[in-house]
Order: sequence, then C-alpha cells, then structure tokens
Amino acid sequence: MKPTEALTIAWEAVLKNKIRSLLTMLGIIIGVSAVIIMVAISAGTEATIQDQITSLGSNLVFVQSSMMRGGPGQAQQGGLVYDDAAAIEDGVTGVTAVVVEQNSSETIKYGDVTLEDVEILGTTVGFPSVRDMEISDGRYFNDQEIERKSKVVVLGYSLAQELFGETNPIGQYVKIGNTKQAVIGVFTEKGLVGNTDFDSRAYLPISVVFQKFTPSQFARFMGDSVRMIYVEVDPDANLDNIITQIELLLVKRHDVTLDSADFSVTTQQDIISTQESTTAAFRSLLAWVAGVSLIVGGIGIMNIMLVSVTERTREIGIRQSIGATPNDIRIQFLTEALLLSIIGGLIGVLVGVGGAYIFGALSDMRTVISVSSILLAFGSSAIVGAFFGYYPADQASKLDPIEALRYE
Amino acid sequence: MSAAHSIIKTVGITKVYGMGDIQVAALNGVNIDIHQGEFVAIMGPSGSGKSTLMHILGCLSQPTAGQYFLDGEDVSQLDKVQLASVRNQKIGFIFQAYNLLARTTALQNVTLPFLYNRVNPKTKEESLKKARTMLELVGLGSRMNHQPHELSGGQQQRVAIARALINDPVMVIADEPTGNLDTRSGTEIMNLLHQLHEQGTTIVMVTHDPKTAVHTQRTINLVDGQVDTITHNGKHRIETAEVPYEAN
Ligand SMILES: Nc1ncnc2c1ncn2[C@@H]1O[C@H](COP(=O)(O)OP(=O)(O)OP(=O)(O)O)[C@@H](O)[C@H]1O
Ligand SMILES: [Mg+2]
Repeated sequence: MKPTEALTIAWEAVLKNKIRSLLTMLGIIIGVSAVIIMVAISAGTEATIQDQITSLGSNLVFVQSSMMRGGPGQAQQGGLVYDDAAAIEDGVTGVTAVVVEQNSSETIKYGDVTLEDVEILGTTVGFPSVRDMEISDGRYFNDQEIERKSKVVVLGYSLAQELFGETNPIGQYVKIGNTKQAVIGVFTEKGLVGNTDFDSRAYLPISVVFQKFTPSQFARFMGDSVRMIYVEVDPDANLDNIITQIELLLVKRHDVTLDSADFSVTTQQDIISTQESTTAAFRSLLAWVAGVSLIVGGIGIMNIMLVSVTERTREIGIRQSIGATPNDIRIQFLTEALLLSIIGGLIGVLVGVGGAYIFGALSDMRTVISVSSILLAFGSSAIVGAFFGYYPADQASKLDPIEALRYE
Repeated sequence: MSAAHSIIKTVGITKVYGMGDIQVAALNGVNIDIHQGEFVAIMGPSGSGKSTLMHILGCLSQPTAGQYFLDGEDVSQLDKVQLASVRNQKIGFIFQAYNLLARTTALQNVTLPFLYNRVNPKTKEESLKKARTMLELVGLGSRMNHQPHELSGGQQQRVAIARALINDPVMVIADEPTGNLDTRSGTEIMNLLHQLHEQGTTIVMVTHDPKTAVHTQRTINLVDGQVDTITHNGKHRIETAEVPYEAN
C-alpha cells in the first residue's frame, strides 16, 4: 500500500464519520488552541512589562527608604532624607540627575467633586524627564516654586478628567487637604506601570508636601523624610560601581551598616528580573496546562480509535482476506489517527489564533501570537496522534482474519 | 489420475481448536487433490469441518498439522505476511455473506485487491479499467457506482465474484456462495460460476444443496473432519476415501 493510498483510505474513513471525527479531534483542537492562546497571553504580558520597563526611564537607580520616619508623635528613626539626594548628586561620580519623591494620601475637592485618598506626590523638577512623563496642558513647576513652597499642582490625566470633566483645569483652584492649590498643568496619559497608576495622582512641589502633608518633628534635626530617590546615571558608567558608591555614601551618612541599612538600592535590571521570573512561572504553568490538555486529547483519539477498530473489525477481516498484511492494517489505522490529529491540530491553530486575537481585543490583556507556539502546538498534536494512535492500530493489525470476518 | 497440474494437494491436514482442556478436532487428516480447471463441491453435515477446510485452503488460517501444497508451493509453513501475499495473488475467496466494504462503491470494492498487490502493482487507471471489465463480465456494467446497500443480494455476490477474480487467482474458493440467496439469484450465481469454470477457472465450493452439487464435476463429502466419500458427478461413480468409515 502506497502512502497516498493509505492517506486516501484514511481521509475517506474520516469523512464517512464526520461527527465522530470532529468529536475525536475536539481534544486536540482544545489542546492546540490552549497552547497558542496561553503562549500568546504570556508573551503579551511579557511585552507589556518590557514596554513598562522602557517607559520607566532609562538607566535609573532606585534608592528607596526601607523604614519610614514616623509621623507626628512617633519616635522612629532612619530612612532617606531630602539632603541625601544632594549628597548623592555631589558625591557620586557618573550621576546625571537626581529626583526625590515623597508621597501622602489626601482628599481633593473641586466644586461638587470630592475625591478621597488621592495619592499626593511631592517631587522635584527632574521628575517628568526621569519618569518619562509629558505635559499635555499648561506646564510643570520649576525650582523657584519649590523653593518658595508655591501652592501649585500638576494633575495626572485621569485625575484631571475626574475632577474637571470638560472644563479646562488650568488656572482653576483645587482644595487638597486644607490647602488651596492652583492647577498649572496636566500630564498626558501614562497608564499603569507595574502597580503604580501615574494618571490618578496629583504632583506637587516636594517642599509643599513636606510642609503641609508630611510634617515631622524630626525634620528640624535630620531633614525631611523622602520615600524614594531616583538616580539617573550616565549610560556608559559602571552601574555596579555607582551602586556601591551610593551605598557607601548613605551608610556613612545614616551611621548604619549595610546589613542594617534603612534604605535599599535597586536597578531596573532587578525589577526586570523579578517580573521575568514571575512571568516565567506563569508561562510554565500555562505550558503544563496546555500540555495536559494535549495529552487528554491524545487519549481521546486513542479511545475513539479503539472503538473504531472494534466497529470495523469486519472491514479489517475483509481487507485481510484479500491480501492486506498486518503492516498494511497498522498503517491504515495509524494514518487515520495521524490525519485526525493533524486536522484537529490545524483547526486548533485557527481557533487558537482567532481566540488569542479576540481575547486580546476584548480584554485588557495583550496577546502576542508567536509562530513558534503555532509550530510547537501543531507539531505536538502530530506526535500525540502518532503516539496514541499506535496502540489501536497495532491491535487492529493483530486481529485474526477469520475471527475478524465472523465479527458481527 | 489426470495429467492436469495439481492446484490443491493436502496431506493429512488436521485442525484442532482450543488450546486448553477442551479441544475440538475440526479436521482430522484430510487428503484431497484438486486439479487445474476442476469444479469441485464440498458437502457434509453441519459442523463437519467444511468452512474450516475452506479457510485453510484459502490461506486464512494454518493447519495444526499436515501439509498443504497450493499451486505446487508448500504454504503450510508460511508466516502471516507471506500468507497475505498468497491470498492476494493466488486466491479469490467468495463468502456466503458477500463481505463487501460498506459505503464503498462496487467499482472500489472490486479494485480493493490491487491495493495490496505488491507483486504486480498497477496504476490507478489500469486497476479501474480491469475492475470495469470484471464488473461487466459478471453483468453489473450498469451498477458500478452503486454501494452494497443499493444492490440486491445476488448483485452483491456478483461484485464479490468480480473482486475474487481481479488479481487473476489460480483458484476461486466459495463457502456457500448461494447460502444467503433465493433460488433464482442462487441459480444465476451458479450459472456465473459455471461460466467461469468453462473459461478455465478452478473452483472449490461448499454447498448444502445436492442439486447444486450435481452440477460440479466432483463432490467431496466431509464427515467429522474427514473425507468420507468422493462422488464423480458426471459419471455417477462413487469412490471410497482413504480412511473409510462405512461404505454405502
Ligand atoms: N474458532 C473455533 N473455535 C473452536 N471451535 C471451532 C472454531 N471454528 C470452528 N469450530 C468447530 O469446528 C467444527 C467445524 O466447524 P466448521 O465451521 O468448519 O463446520 P461447517 O462444516 O462449515 O458447518 P456449517 O455447515 O454449519 O457451516 C465445529 O465443531 C465447530 O464448532
Ligand atoms: Mg460452514
């Protein structure tokens, strides 16, 4: 029997039982489309993370307070202070810019609109450039306004929308906590980066935040606490060297040891690695799920092929009586199983690609369809078909001609 | 004996069924000799081993002991693959139950043996051409594209005969070919077999019907797995078998 003839017989058998063939393929269809959709989702997630990381701004070192200095009445000590920023800028070589950030949570009012627990971010002039933010209306505050503790505010995109709707916010006054602040600018939409929503925050001169929202009795002696210092470094500089310099400097300033430091220094690379290990775990979980569904699909094929062999015992007997060898019979049924799984695989690819596309379009999640996942899913469906099709085909080939012919 | 070349020669063939405690000896030392061009009927009571013998003669199963020479070749020691090839090349089997592939046209059913013909592979066109010729020969020229369920029993048996002849076998083996048919269709099938016989085909046929048997040249009577009597129908002469039970 030539391969083309085996294929013709298999194709006819598949067509003769359309519904059953389709049901047999269902497991493979689900398995293959699951692989493609899941890989598309995790690739999409990765791409989103990559984009976010790029939009964090390049060559940033994050110096973070690991202990917050207490609010009024709390005698906690430690953490970063405002002057640390200047010390880093002056004392570390290879630093191009330093931005400081301190936050609080306040109620914001404009007219009838009251928004509670809005994040108030006090920061410095370098912030938009370091965090890759753009002003869409008005302007950002300047050094003089920080020095004079001017009551100005720049709104995040969605915060401006919620407070003002159609009204032009520039020049209007909003009430933040108990202070009136003039809106001087609005940022363009930025979206979520990691867990941070850049669009729902109000950006104020850091001096105003110190004075109005995070006053501390220790400030007079030790300086105002800050949450974070962004250090932008020369792209050509040695990052490890800079980190070491920063650590040494702060350890000395805070009079602590590295082991008991009240700050932590991380780089974008660290953030990338954490995110990547999360997605890698996610991806391998998905791969397992998809792989299991492919195996279940294969067992489905085996099951139906066993039924098919039993049902067609007489056909097998007839073929044997006119000269089919055991191998001819084995090839016939193996080809049929392969054909079912390959057609199932093809339909699965269509469903998977379509499903990933629709899923990406309808949900917040991004999907990236990769050719390699299509090849992988399709290839494994063929392997699954051959693997699970072999046993029924072998059973068929071992039938005794006379018993097969006698089968009712 | 005639000088004609022997197609079937069996020497002490036995067939024992059941490997365990209960063993059934379906055949118990069968010696027969059938020559080229002969038309032989095999008769005997139910359970006497007729089908068992036909399966062995048709190379669908192997004897437990004894030798079987088919067309001069000892086939009793062949393996499954070699037997399949012998079935394909040398034997045309006609069953009582027709045994056509369902949902497959008459033409495709008849070409089926070509699929497994490794000795003289034919192109698709050649196979179809020959299959058409065979279907015309059995009088089904106008029913080639009908499926079995669209054909009468007699017509289905004609398709089976066409299929049996397609690879130019050295003999045709028929196990009660008219057993499922009414008298008229049965007679038509017998006429067809006679016609084939006259054209030189060797035919061995099991039948229950003595009226059918007399139209053959010889009748071999099986009783309890042994050749009981051999009747020469033309000459009405009764020969006793090698191991006679009782003479009558
Ligand atoms: N597969 C088998 N296993 C066990 N015994 C069997 C088997 N096939 C046949 N037999 C036995 O062998 C004997 C001969 O059977 P066989 O079918 O050859 O008879 P037969 O002459 O064709 O009968 P009938 O005229 O009813 O068709 C019977 O006793 C039967 O029960
Ligand atoms: Mg019988």
